Amino acid sequence: MPDKLIVSTSPHILGCDLTPKVMWSVIGALIPAAIASVIIFGMPSVKIMAVAVFTCVACEALIQKLTGRAVTIHDGSAALTGLLLAFNLSSNVPFWIPLVGGIFAIALVKHAFGGLGANVFNPALAARAFLLASWPTHMTAFTRPFAADAVTSATPLMMFKEGKVGTLVEMGISYWDLFLGRRGGCLGEVCIIALVCGAAYLLWKRYIWWQTPFSFILTTGSLCWIFGARGYFQGDFLFSILSGGLILGAFFMATDYVTTPLAHTGQVFFGVGCGVLTFLIRKFGGYPEGVSYSILIMNAFVPLIDRYVKPKIYGTAKAVKG
Amino acid sequence: MKRLLHEFTKGITIENPTFGLILGLCPTLAVSTSLGNAIGMGAAATFVLVCSNTIVSSVRRIIPDRIRLPAFIVIIATFVTMCELIMKAYAPALDVSLGIFVPLIVVNCIIMARAEAFACKHGVGASIFDGLGMGVGFTLGLCVIASVREILGAGSIAGKQLIPGFQPATVLILAPGALATLGLLIALSNLMKSKKSTCRACRKGGCG
Repeated sequence: MPDKLIVSTSPHILGCDLTPKVMWSVIGALIPAAIASVIIFGMPSVKIMAVAVFTCVACEALIQKLTGRAVTIHDGSAALTGLLLAFNLSSNVPFWIPLVGGIFAIALVKHAFGGLGANVFNPALAARAFLLASWPTHMTAFTRPFAADAVTSATPLMMFKEGKVGTLVEMGISYWDLFLGRRGGCLGEVCIIALVCGAAYLLWKRYIWWQTPFSFILTTGSLCWIFGARGYFQGDFLFSILSGGLILGAFFMATDYVTTPLAHTGQVFFGVGCGVLTFLIRKFGGYPEGVSYSILIMNAFVPLIDRYVKPKIYGTAKAVKG
Repeated sequence: MKRLLHEFTKGITIENPTFGLILGLCPTLAVSTSLGNAIGMGAAATFVLVCSNTIVSSVRRIIPDRIRLPAFIVIIATFVTMCELIMKAYAPALDVSLGIFVPLIVVNCIIMARAEAFACKHGVGASIFDGLGMGVGFTLGLCVIASVREILGAGSIAGKQLIPGFQPATVLILAPGALATLGLLIALSNLMKSKKSTCRACRKGGCG
């Protein structure tokens, strides 16, 4: 049934770059990290990514067929959600975890709220939160990289949270290991260099803006440095930004067009908010890592931020105060 | 008789407290973690509803209009206290698992709403059937939500394990699961209602 009154979500003025082009570019930018995860974690990584992407695309097609809307799986947004969801999973989850997560992300978080452009929360992250609350044992068992027999190991942030080790030397890893991804963690978050390459491409093509990721990363890093575990101004800035999912979250999930503020000033508020929340969760929360929850919480604040920080309307003068 | 039957069935169908009126959500969300809790809560609320509706409707001409709400609360609280003491005596396990939500039936909006909107304007017979219908509707609503949550969230129904080896989604037993289940079930019931009303309109030749 076609709608008689077209109610679309903002922004209403469209640029030349259409959704498919942007979405496929973001997927392209994630390919290096995907290849890196296959090299680091092996075949389980391929299996998880394939299941997640296939589930999301199939679920989107099915829902759009059932509700009588145009099937838009070619625009890549469902595939991107699937890929990001897989990036948020550990490499030794059973195959049904990405399956259930994909259905949750597309059916509940995206289409129950009205489909692409109308969802309040990032589907991949909401699915991760759902999976983490439902099956914590599967979601927090991480495999040691380059290990053939799936030895489980803690992530650097988990070791840090337990408080037994405070420095990289005590953990037996170097900054270089963190940079290349030789550590336990989720599929997509470990190889920083691959993520940075993808992010640089997106920044260069202006598909994402620097405001959110940089304010997010700087806020988290500075707060972790100022309020270090062994005294003020003794935290490890580099460790705090390289060790968790911060790079993946800041560049690829806090820059989602739908669930983040429109104005650049608002994006800075969004990034700083995410950074503060990530720090608070890492320092005082029950979980070792807080990037996913901080983005989800800030997603809920986006309508409020957009209400107070409006983008300057093109062609108008700066509003006169008073 | 037909009118009384209507008062009974409307509480289960169109004016279902959980899916139609969206009333009494605190106990709905809080105790729908298992089918046993849902039936216990539903039975307690039905008992209070029928009794309070009966008394309110029979004394409706004596109570001065200005103090009717405090009077309703006294009547409802009396029956809730009775219900609580009976439950403590004969079903202590249920009382423990329902906890604070048994005394909180006093402030359950379904009971207050039926006293204010129905019982104080109708006769005793109609009020009893209205209370019974609302109570059964509330119990059914709770049971539907609790079944979904218990089967998917704990892998069991009424405490019995269903499929061995099934790893339940624990989140459905927690608060977010309650809200998500309720939201989806309300959406489903609205969908069914809108389908029904379109069909009726079609039969009348009303839709183009």
